Amino acid sequence: MSLGVYLHRDSPLHAVPAGAKMLALLAAGTGLLLFRSLPVVSAALAVTLGLYGLARLRPREVAPVLRLSAFVLGPLFLMQVWLSGWVFALESVLRLAVLLLLATLVSQTTRASDMLESLERAFRPLARFGLSPARLGLLLSLTLRFIPLLATWLREIQEAQRVRGLERNPLAVLVPLLVKTLRTADTLADAIDARCFDPEEPS
Amino acid sequence: MKTRDLVHVALFAAIVAALGLMPPLALPFIPVPITAQTLGVMLAGSSLGARKAGLSLLLFHLLVAAGLPLLAGGNGGLSVYVGPTGGFFVGFLPGAFVIGWLTERAWSRLSVPLAFAINVLGGIGVLYAVGIPWLAVAANLPLAKAALGSLAFLPGDCVKAAVAASVAVTLKRAWPLIQPPRPAGATSAPPSSTPAASPAPSSPRR
Repeated sequence: MSLGVYLHRDSPLHAVPAGAKMLALLAAGTGLLLFRSLPVVSAALAVTLGLYGLARLRPREVAPVLRLSAFVLGPLFLMQVWLSGWVFALESVLRLAVLLLLATLVSQTTRASDMLESLERAFRPLARFGLSPARLGLLLSLTLRFIPLLATWLREIQEAQRVRGLERNPLAVLVPLLVKTLRTADTLADAIDARCFDPEEPS
Repeated sequence: MKTRDLVHVALFAAIVAALGLMPPLALPFIPVPITAQTLGVMLAGSSLGARKAGLSLLLFHLLVAAGLPLLAGGNGGLSVYVGPTGGFFVGFLPGAFVIGWLTERAWSRLSVPLAFAINVLGGIGVLYAVGIPWLAVAANLPLAKAALGSLAFLPGDCVKAAVAASVAVTLKRAWPLIQPPRPAGATSAPPSSTPAASPAPSSPRR
């Protein structure tokens, strides 16, 4: 499993802090929502393509990410043409394309770890709901570690139930998966406690 | 929050992610395979309760927003949010929270029909309530058209709600995690506020 869409380059865009890029994306999204005329959207598209050049990303590297969006944008365009005419269709689909391009650009020029860090800062006010940075760090690393493990368990359980002829019964797959997960959670919590992690620590 | 709760939050975020990575679940009575990610949302809500399920999905959001390809089809990154279907994804969090909240309220008399109603309300009602207006705005569609398009997912989502409901009721017998809301001060185990130098003080739920 490849983690993330980040592509390393030595460019000014890669050097911009993650938080600033996300705020810029938010601003661009709002701006494009308010001013959605064709000239504005075309200009935005030109600027976006310019930014890709600035980030030194080649079209070949961006294409796979965009192929996914094409499946949504194509039918949407046809539907808009049918519903409300060419100009409107072009406006709304181009706007969406620009937004998708910009968001992809942010993801491709920002390391997942940098992005997480700035998101953590943004969510700091949530500390009073029990999400202090120390806990968040533990949560993130636990989750990342457990995604491949859970995928393996899911496959194992499906195989075991196939032997019993039960692999098409979602209940027979999901209940063991959840019980196994919860049992692991108990063991894991004990292990973490035994190593003196203090979840109450206000750090 | 105890360590155990933190681990639950992390593991259910991982379950939602793992269900997205998996090939779609094959169901006996419907030819269309069903991607299991919203099922994960329903399972988190009805197994963990409102607070932990909400945190779990928040964690999942953080990971996706940071660019990890954890959504069904290997999707991830900020482009998920600006896309037309972003609202359904954003709705994961309130959906799981609402399911958790209602499940806690109904815990002592939870039956499959009741759990199904809860999962429909949270996993379909709340999800669509966020997703359809988002789709309408993002794709410049009239609200009615956006709602009509989303109807295509309704049968699949109903099946998921039914599966989640029977899992929730089975899990309530096999490994209950939610306690019915009790009057304050009725908790038996002392809250562990001291650093756990000794083995964990909380009682295992077996």
